[in-house]
Amino acid sequence: MMLTDEPTADITTTINGKKVTARVVLRQSLVDWVRHEVGLTGSHVGCEHGVCGACHVVVDGKVVRGCLMLAVQADGASIVTIDAPEASKEAGALQTAFYERAALQCGFCTPGMILQASELLQENSAPSRSEIRDAISGNYCRCTGYHAIVDAIEAAAAALRAEKAA
Amino acid sequence: MKPARFAYARPQTLAEALVLLATHGSDASILAGGQSLMPMLNLRMSQPAILVDINSIPDLALITMRDGQLAIGGRARHNDVMHSELLPSSNSLLKRALPYVAHAAIRNRGTLGGSLALSDPAAELPACATCLDARIVAVSTRGERVIPASDFFRGLYTTALEQDELIHRVEFPLLDTNWHVEFDEVARRRGDFAIAGLALAVKLDSRRIAECRIVFAGVEAFPRRMAPVEAALTGSLLTDLSVRAEAFEILAQTLDPLEEGEYPAVYRRHLARVLLNRLLTRICEREQA
Repeated sequence: MMLTDEPTADITTTINGKKVTARVVLRQSLVDWVRHEVGLTGSHVGCEHGVCGACHVVVDGKVVRGCLMLAVQADGASIVTIDAPEASKEAGALQTAFYERAALQCGFCTPGMILQASELLQENSAPSRSEIRDAISGNYCRCTGYHAIVDAIEAAAAALRAEKAA
Repeated sequence: MKPARFAYARPQTLAEALVLLATHGSDASILAGGQSLMPMLNLRMSQPAILVDINSIPDLALITMRDGQLAIGGRARHNDVMHSELLPSSNSLLKRALPYVAHAAIRNRGTLGGSLALSDPAAELPACATCLDARIVAVSTRGERVIPASDFFRGLYTTALEQDELIHRVEFPLLDTNWHVEFDEVARRRGDFAIAGLALAVKLDSRRIAECRIVFAGVEAFPRRMAPVEAALTGSLLTDLSVRAEAFEILAQTLDPLEEGEYPAVYRRHLARVLLNRLLTRICEREQA
């Protein structure tokens, strides 16, 4: 759905390993474009002003707010979303741990949580509970009260460490 | 909640960006990290005619040590500064303050120049730049201009930058080992805007305060040195609690706290005192350790 006189630009980007060339609306956010035009709906749109963290995507290896970056800025970048079969090794372990610990209820915040926690575990293989809470301080969850999420991230870290030691 | 229409330019060189800024003046907004600009566009608090995206300009995010000072590019991301090996691993005010700047994903994108240029009263980095006597190097088609941090912040969201200027880099003079630096803040939740924060630098000469710099964040409309409080503490023993009590009295008279929002000025005054006491005590403890 695009107004005919809407200003656009052409971009080329890589999404979950696949090269994508597209004409994007200049004022469209990266997360809106990924959801509505690319059709990957794992990233969620919550507050649209950088507060809730539901829109997290990974751009050139770093977790960013998908609502605070324009689609046009993704030109030449490599994007990974939660829709990737395994967004990262850490994301895979986190998905298992979130499921086992029931660290989600409605699930709206989960994609953003998992990508943020994945970045934490890449930098710190044994974070304390307080470090985990700091790392996910920019991700809102309105269901769980966070305890189960912190438990799951701790469990995923332990599982990854055990796997590495084996 | 979508932004209004804008034109978009992504210059590949600094010269090209400066011409765009000179041409469009107040119709243009610089898009660096976008972590404050994008929310303002989405909320339609800001509707620039053109965005000048500086993310493709080379060398604008360099962190270098030159002429005895640390130079950080205007587009250096918060997390890159925080993890830079050029910053001292201990006793670095920036390293102590950066973990308080928003949240991890925002620090991946947000920039030093953006934070200083916005001059949000609650932001940590303007207070740190003022405390460290940083020099902000602005550039435009007219050339470079060096603005001391003490003259850069002029009011609520107001700086000395001209419409056509861009922050090229920020130079931080290195402090010798007699200086001790601390940062702390009070916020409702880690990463939220500070209700009150404090950047403190104290130069010790055998446990006496030879010099000190006290700059609050979130308390006043913009960061500035608390010169009368610094003068009251200078020359005294770090552990002298009666001098500290006098300094607190002077602090209460010196502060001109923000009035708006949910926090009354009296609460910000209280937090300022708590933070100053806490950080002076922390420096004592580190000294003894």
